[in-house]
Amino acid sequence: MSTVWTAPPAKTETNYLNESYGIKSWLLTKDHKRIALLYLAAITFFFAIGGFFAVLIRLELITPAGDLMQPETYNKAFTMHGVMMIFFFLIPAVPAVLGNFLVPLMIGARDLAFPRINLLSWYIYMIGGLFALYAMVAGGVDTGWTFYTPYSSTYSNTQVMATAIGIFILGFSSILTGLNFIVTIHKMRAPGLTWFRLPLFIWAHYATSVIQILGTPVVAIAIVLVGLERAFHIGIFDPKLGGDPILFQHLFWFYSHPAVYIMILPSMGVISELVTCFSRKKIFGYGFVAMSSVAIAVLGFLVWGHHMFVSGQSVYAGMVFSILSYLVAIPSAIKVFNWTATLYRGSISYQTPLLYALGFIGLFTIGGLTGLFLANLGVDVHLHDTYFVVAHFHYIMVGGAIMGYLGGIHFWWPKISGRMYPEGWARFSALVLFVGFNLTFFPQFVLGYLGMPRRYHAYPEEFQVLNVLSSAGASILAVGYLIPMIYLIWSMRYGKPAPANPWGATGLEWQTPSPPPSYNFEETPVVTEEPYVYSHEEAEVV
Amino acid sequence: MTDFPLFPEKASTIAQSVDTLYWLLVAISAFFAVLIFGLIFFFAIRYRRRRPDEIPRPILGSLRLELFWSVTPGLIAIAVFVYGTVVYFRNAAPPPDAMEMYVVGKQWMWKIQHPEGHREINELHVPVGRAVKLTMTTEDVIHSFYIPAFRVKMDVVPGRYTTMWFQPTKPGKYHLFCAEYCGTQHSGMKGWVYVMEPVDYENWLSGKATTESMAAAGERLFQKLGCQSCHRADAPGRGPVLAGLFGSTVLLATGEKVVADETYLRESILRPQAKIVAGYRTQMPTFEGQVTEEQLLQLIAYIKSLGPKERIDTAP
Repeated sequence: MSTVWTAPPAKTETNYLNESYGIKSWLLTKDHKRIALLYLAAITFFFAIGGFFAVLIRLELITPAGDLMQPETYNKAFTMHGVMMIFFFLIPAVPAVLGNFLVPLMIGARDLAFPRINLLSWYIYMIGGLFALYAMVAGGVDTGWTFYTPYSSTYSNTQVMATAIGIFILGFSSILTGLNFIVTIHKMRAPGLTWFRLPLFIWAHYATSVIQILGTPVVAIAIVLVGLERAFHIGIFDPKLGGDPILFQHLFWFYSHPAVYIMILPSMGVISELVTCFSRKKIFGYGFVAMSSVAIAVLGFLVWGHHMFVSGQSVYAGMVFSILSYLVAIPSAIKVFNWTATLYRGSISYQTPLLYALGFIGLFTIGGLTGLFLANLGVDVHLHDTYFVVAHFHYIMVGGAIMGYLGGIHFWWPKISGRMYPEGWARFSALVLFVGFNLTFFPQFVLGYLGMPRRYHAYPEEFQVLNVLSSAGASILAVGYLIPMIYLIWSMRYGKPAPANPWGATGLEWQTPSPPPSYNFEETPVVTEEPYVYSHEEAEVV
Repeated sequence: MTDFPLFPEKASTIAQSVDTLYWLLVAISAFFAVLIFGLIFFFAIRYRRRRPDEIPRPILGSLRLELFWSVTPGLIAIAVFVYGTVVYFRNAAPPPDAMEMYVVGKQWMWKIQHPEGHREINELHVPVGRAVKLTMTTEDVIHSFYIPAFRVKMDVVPGRYTTMWFQPTKPGKYHLFCAEYCGTQHSGMKGWVYVMEPVDYENWLSGKATTESMAAAGERLFQKLGCQSCHRADAPGRGPVLAGLFGSTVLLATGEKVVADETYLRESILRPQAKIVAGYRTQMPTFEGQVTEEQLLQLIAYIKSLGPKERIDTAP
């Protein structure tokens, strides 16, 4: 970092960042790119809160005795960690930030179909967030992010209501974003941009939007019912009032399992863009990668019962959910194989976004493979509700979804900010993240098979060594998250100005200046070929 | 910290089958992980960019390969699904000669009753080599009864009975955990399972002062609550005869048929209006709130004890 860059004086054309100034120009903006940045600021804030609670959890678990916090505090810490990370960070992360910024740019549109609704969904998100923050400072909530009844509906004396209201409100933001994307992708594609010329990022967001629209209302209903039961004892879930506590698990997982795909599918879309760009290759098997997103979205709705293998549900129901869960693994495997095959005979450049993409493929593979254990009736009885599950879903959500998110943030940062980030630091922190992540979560697979249950504030002494390893890894992981936050903020002012297309990528978003003007494109682009055409040589079929 | 295991003890008849399945899945996962990691590393080095203007020849894809890598994982998935389901079904139903014990979960303790009447809290003593069937419920929220060394786990759900079973193979002391988050002291809701040699178990049983068996306690309760004034032992009164009821098929007033299992008996005591036996009117009051979960289990144990003997007596 020898030279300090200031904005070059030659650059005078207006873009979406410098077109107008002042708080009002941001808070009342209808520009999808500015709204994306509003989301970026908001989700980074909630990520920091969720991360803070993760630190508390790992600190407590360094010793087997519950000596750092009271049990109530620990239970609130893991609940707030889950609520903040899942509802307020992972679900909106890629769609609301990168999707918002890129969907119109990638399809050659000037904005989303409903710019006002887009802004509205950010405000709804913030109102939901305020409720959750209120719940946090007013004493917290201790039900776990899963809100299982009758504990949540009858027994817990914490801020269940405020949190539930927050998540209920938040859901509308997710629904509106999904709706906006679907309409935009249907109606606003540039001339010549047929469905099978769409970038895979768009296909992934389309599939995600369908899940958001169909799934979110169900969790909203479940949350309303918990609220009504708490307030009026109406007897939906509490057996003492004639209700059925397992009903909640059905309603909750009918949304919350597809929600995992809301988190991972957009990141998969990011990975397809990164792998093609940094190997200068067409994606291997475009149709299969695109359709596997749709298959995941559809099959994802049919597997919720695998969260309930030991709930006392019928063994035959368990059998059906087990085979359906195995089916959903196949489109995921197709994606991994196609990304890998895309590298074959490519021209691979190890820039930071590709490091994240390769990290994603590796960690998602481990996360997916360990899902085979949990979908398996015979083994899941032992593994259910142990640390094996914790490790598995962190491999998917952190190793997968967050790696994809960070890879995407780095890839499009020049477009978003108009500045380059320091490549050396970026590669270094990608490596730190990969090492820290594995050290944190791999030992938890072993802990899980040993039988350590989830959500334990104190644990038997023989589990300590593995827990210390995990906490040590978490401290490395934390450094891996802090470094990018610092240099990305630094780069907004001091980074080298970015050219329109720093990576030599295809895609319409790279054909407009960095940062783009408010109206995105001077002239509506016309698309004449498939995506990822890095060479006009005739394509081989192997 | 002297003891630092990486793999759990095996102490039940099903543990080996679960472990074998687990290692098979580990092998499959390791194979695919090494394959993917290996290919990525190989391609990333072999096809690294050598000149900045290098443009590789595009490859469209390959239908053959796509089919190969969809069908192969599909077949592997079906194979491990079948294997896992077989293990699960084989381990699902208890053998008919299993000893019966009863578990009531409560924030934050496990209360266990032996049929002989012994009660334990957060401890479970069982003889080695005998199958044990647990019938479980809870007074408050959902819990989950988990013994890692036996590889068994089952949620304990309010308002209904769930069952699980195991047959210990090795004497020793094993962890008992609550695996479903149940509130403040969730991680304190744990205990020990003591697997004893049969002789030691007998000694343990006889060394404990016991008042009466569960069925006897249930019978006393049955008298005290005045149940016998309607459910008479000899001939039908205002309520059906209970002898021989357990395990039989009951014809309801609605024309439905239900098997009289623990859950049915529990419901009929707490909510008599829910399922009315054909030929009877609905005069029975609810006992909701008048009997505890443990007393309910005693009543059911009593009704069960009336079972086979009476049925043989009254059989034509």
